[in-house]
Amino acid sequence: MNAVLRPLKIVIVGHVDHGKSTLVGRLLHETGSLPDGKVENLRAVCDKRGMPFEWAFVMDALQAERDQGITIDTSQIPFKTALRPYVIIDAPGHKEFLKNMVTGAASAEAAVLVIDALEGVQEQSRRHGYLLHLLGLRQLAVVVNKMDAVAFSQERFDAVSAEIRAYLGEIGVSPTHIIPIAARHGDNMVSRSERTPWYQGPTVVQALDAFQPAAEATALPLRFPVQDIYKFDHRRIVAGRIESGRLKVGDRLLFSPSGKTARVASIESWNAPAQSVAVAGQSVGVTLDEQIFIERGQIASLLEQPPMGSDLFRARLFWLGRTPLTEGRRYKLKLATAEHIVAVEKVERVIDVTDLATAESRSVERNAVAEVLLRAAGPVALDPFTDNPRTGRFVLVDQYDIVGGGVISMDGLPDSRCAPSVVGQDLTAVQHKVTPQSRAAANRHRGGVIWLTGLSGAGKSSISMEVERRLFHRGFQVFTLDGDNIRQGLNSDLGFGPEDRAENIRRIGEVANLFVQAGMVVITSFISPYRADRDRARAANPTSFHEVWVKAGVEECKRRDPKGLYAKAVAGTIPDFTGISAPYEEPLHPELVLDTEKLSLEETVDRLIRYIERDMQREPGVDLESRPDASI
Amino acid sequence: MTSDLDALEAQSIFILREAFNRIDKIAMLWSIGKDSNVMLWLARKAFFGHVPFPVIHVDTSYKIPEMIEFRERYAREWNLPLIIGGNKAALAEGMSPDRGRVTCCSALKTEPLKEVIREHGFTGIIAGIRRDEEGTRAKERVFSPRNAAAEWDFKDQPPEFWDQFKTDFAPGTHLRIHPLLHWGELDVWRYIERENIPMVDLYFAKNGRRYRSLGCAPCTGTVESNATTVAEIIEELRTTKTSERSGRAQDKESEDAFERLRQQGYM
Repeated sequence: MNAVLRPLKIVIVGHVDHGKSTLVGRLLHETGSLPDGKVENLRAVCDKRGMPFEWAFVMDALQAERDQGITIDTSQIPFKTALRPYVIIDAPGHKEFLKNMVTGAASAEAAVLVIDALEGVQEQSRRHGYLLHLLGLRQLAVVVNKMDAVAFSQERFDAVSAEIRAYLGEIGVSPTHIIPIAARHGDNMVSRSERTPWYQGPTVVQALDAFQPAAEATALPLRFPVQDIYKFDHRRIVAGRIESGRLKVGDRLLFSPSGKTARVASIESWNAPAQSVAVAGQSVGVTLDEQIFIERGQIASLLEQPPMGSDLFRARLFWLGRTPLTEGRRYKLKLATAEHIVAVEKVERVIDVTDLATAESRSVERNAVAEVLLRAAGPVALDPFTDNPRTGRFVLVDQYDIVGGGVISMDGLPDSRCAPSVVGQDLTAVQHKVTPQSRAAANRHRGGVIWLTGLSGAGKSSISMEVERRLFHRGFQVFTLDGDNIRQGLNSDLGFGPEDRAENIRRIGEVANLFVQAGMVVITSFISPYRADRDRARAANPTSFHEVWVKAGVEECKRRDPKGLYAKAVAGTIPDFTGISAPYEEPLHPELVLDTEKLSLEETVDRLIRYIERDMQREPGVDLESRPDASI
Repeated sequence: MTSDLDALEAQSIFILREAFNRIDKIAMLWSIGKDSNVMLWLARKAFFGHVPFPVIHVDTSYKIPEMIEFRERYAREWNLPLIIGGNKAALAEGMSPDRGRVTCCSALKTEPLKEVIREHGFTGIIAGIRRDEEGTRAKERVFSPRNAAAEWDFKDQPPEFWDQFKTDFAPGTHLRIHPLLHWGELDVWRYIERENIPMVDLYFAKNGRRYRSLGCAPCTGTVESNATTVAEIIEELRTTKTSERSGRAQDKESEDAFERLRQQGYM
C-alpha cells in the first residue's frame, strides 16, 4: 500500500513562444492524464471565442492567460507514465517573469528545455539553462520543437543541437538527450515519429523516464537547522527539519555559530512509534540532556563535521529586485532558518548569461546574475554550495520582498571554524619568576607587537627591516617576523589556500605573543588580508597589539611589483592572489596608517619609530599589571 | 525517508512550523472536509499533540448536518480552540443560493471569514487548499499575501524557492498559508488510511452515491460510487478521471467563476 513512488518533479523551460505549454498539454493528453471532458470543454471555450484550439490552454487555466496568450505563473500538474508519476512545472518564458520561473525550477529534479526549431537558441534558452545550473539542477533534456515548421529537416535539427550543446558545455551542463519533436502533432512524444526516420534516440516520455530521482542527502554530514523551540508541556523540544545526514539519540550536537553543545536525549513524536534515529528530509523534534541556550537559526551538526563559519563569503546570485543590488547596501540574508544582515562588500563581476561575458560593475540589475562578496556583522554558519546545497544557498530580502537568491562559494576565503583556539583541559599555567615589569625595566622599554598589514608591494618588508635596524641601534630588543623566517620553518607545512593562510596568521599571532611576553618588540610583516585573522591576533595580546596599515592601492602595487608576483597573478598562474583574485580587507581602526603612495620610505620609517618610542618607552604604569604573568 | 507520504508529511510540518514561528496572529480554517481534517492532524504532529492557534469554522447555515455534528464532537475530543463565524445579517435578510451561487458564497463564506479575521486581528490564515484541486489553486504560493481587502493578486506573486517563504510584509498585509498545497487527493486518502484519521460519514457511499467534496447542502452533489471504506475510496480514485470538484456547483457558474471567487478572498 505504501510502496508508492514519489512523483519526479520536472520543470519545462525555454524562450517565450517556443511551445512549452503546448508540450505539456500534449504530454498530459498522450499519457491519458487529463480528466474526462477537459479537452472537449476547452475546445468548446475556443469555439465560443472563435479561436483555434490550443494544447497550451490545458495549462493556462486562468482567464488572464488566455487573453494574453502567455503563461503568467508556475503551475504544477501531475501526470503518469507507465514507469512512475511526475509533477510537471510549466515555467513561463517571458523575461519579466523570471521570479516565477525560479519559483518553479528551484524545486525541480530535472528539466526539459524547449527550443523552437525555426528560431533556434534564443536569449531565454540560454538564460534558463544557466539559471537551472545555478539553482543546482543537474539533469536536463532538450527538445527541439516545431520540427514540422522546418519540414523535419535533420540538418536544421543538427544545427540547433550543436548550438545548444556548445552553450551548455560552457557552463558545465551536458544534456541527457536532444529530441526533435512537433508537440502540436505529437511527433516523438510517446512513440517514434515516422517523419523523423533519421532520429534514433528516445521519445520525450522515454527521456523523462530516464531521469534519476533526487536522493535525500542522508550521506552528507548532519545539518539540522533549529526552526523553533517548543515548551507546550513539560518538554523543551528543539524543532526543525534535518536538511542532511542523520542524528540519533545520544549524539553530541554542536550548534553553530554559537558553539554550544549538548547530547540528544530523545526524538519526540506524536501518533508515531518512538524513534531513535532520524534522517534527512524529516521534520523532527529533539530534547537535549542539557538546558543550553539555543535559538532559531543555529545549525546543529555532529562535533566532527561542523559547518563552516565566516562573516565574509562569496556568492553567485540572481537578482530579482526592482532596484539594483549595489555595493555597500545592506540586505537581510536568510540561510536555512537563520537571518543575518549582510552588506555587499563588492560586486566582483556581472555575468551576461546569454554569452557568458563578464563585466565590471558596482551594481546588479534586475534579472541579472553576478558574483558578489557579502559581509555579515558576525559569523554565519554555512557550507559551500558544492559541499552541501541545502546549507549553501540563501535568499536576500530588501524591505519586505525576496529580491535574490544565491549559492555560496568559499574560494579564496578562510574558514574561521577553527577560530577559538582549543586549549587542552589538563594544562596548567606555570608562574614565571621574572615579571614583565622586571623585563621592561631591564630593556628600558615594554614588549609589543607591531602588526604590519597591506598588499604585496605596499612596502611592509622595506619598512620593517629598516625600523628593526634603527631600533636595534637605539638599544631595543626587537625582531621582525616575515615570510622568510616563518614560512621556511614553523609554518613550512602550510600552503596558500584560505585555511592555511588563516592558520599561518594564527601561529604568527601566537609566536608574536611569546616575543611580547619575553619583553621584546616584534614587527610582523605579512599581508594578513582578513580582518578576522588580525582581530584574532589582537585578541591574543590586546594591550600591546598595534595594527599598522601599510597603505598603497592595487594599481600602485601592480606598478611596483617588486617580486613580479602581480604579473603572474594577472596571468592566472598564481591562484588566490590578494588584491587580484582574493580580497584584501582594509583595517577599520588601525593604530597607525603609513601611506606609501604619499610618504617616502624615510618618512614612514620615522613615523613608525616615533610611534613605537612614544608607546613602548612610556614609564611602566598600571597597564603593565593588567596582563597577568601567567602563560600556558 | 521511507515513503512518499512521509515526505509530504514532513514538508507540511515544516510549513506549519514556519507559519507559527514567523506570523504574529495566526489561525487555521477548518471546513470539516477531509483536507482540513488532515491539516489539523498534521498540526498536532507538528506541535506534538497541541494545536497552538485558534481553529475557524465558517458556518453558512446551509452545511450538511453531519458536518456540524462532526465539528462539535472533535472540537471537544481534540480540545480545539474553535471560533465559529457566520453572516447573520445576510441570512436574516434571506441570502441563499437562489440569489446566485457566487453571490451566496461571497456573502456567507468570504464575508464572515473576513469579519472573523478583522475581529481577532489575524494576520495569517492557514488553509487546506491543494494545487491539484483546480487550475487556479495550482497557481498558489505556500505563503500567499493578500492586500487589506483580502484580494489575491495572482499576476504579481512573490518568488518562492528553496523553502524560503515570504515572511516580511508591509503593515496591513494579510497572509494565507497553504501547508497541503503539494498534496494530491489520492495522497490525502492514503494518509487518512495510514493515520486512521476520523472522517465525516458523508464521504462513504450509501445507495450507490457518495460525497467526494463537502460544502453546503444546496450546492454540493454526490457522485456515483460504491466505496464504503477508505480503502475502497483509494481504489476508486486510482482509476477515476472525473475531477474532484465535479459535484461543486459554484465552480460552474461561468468559465471563470472560481477564479473570481478566489480573487475576492474565497479559499
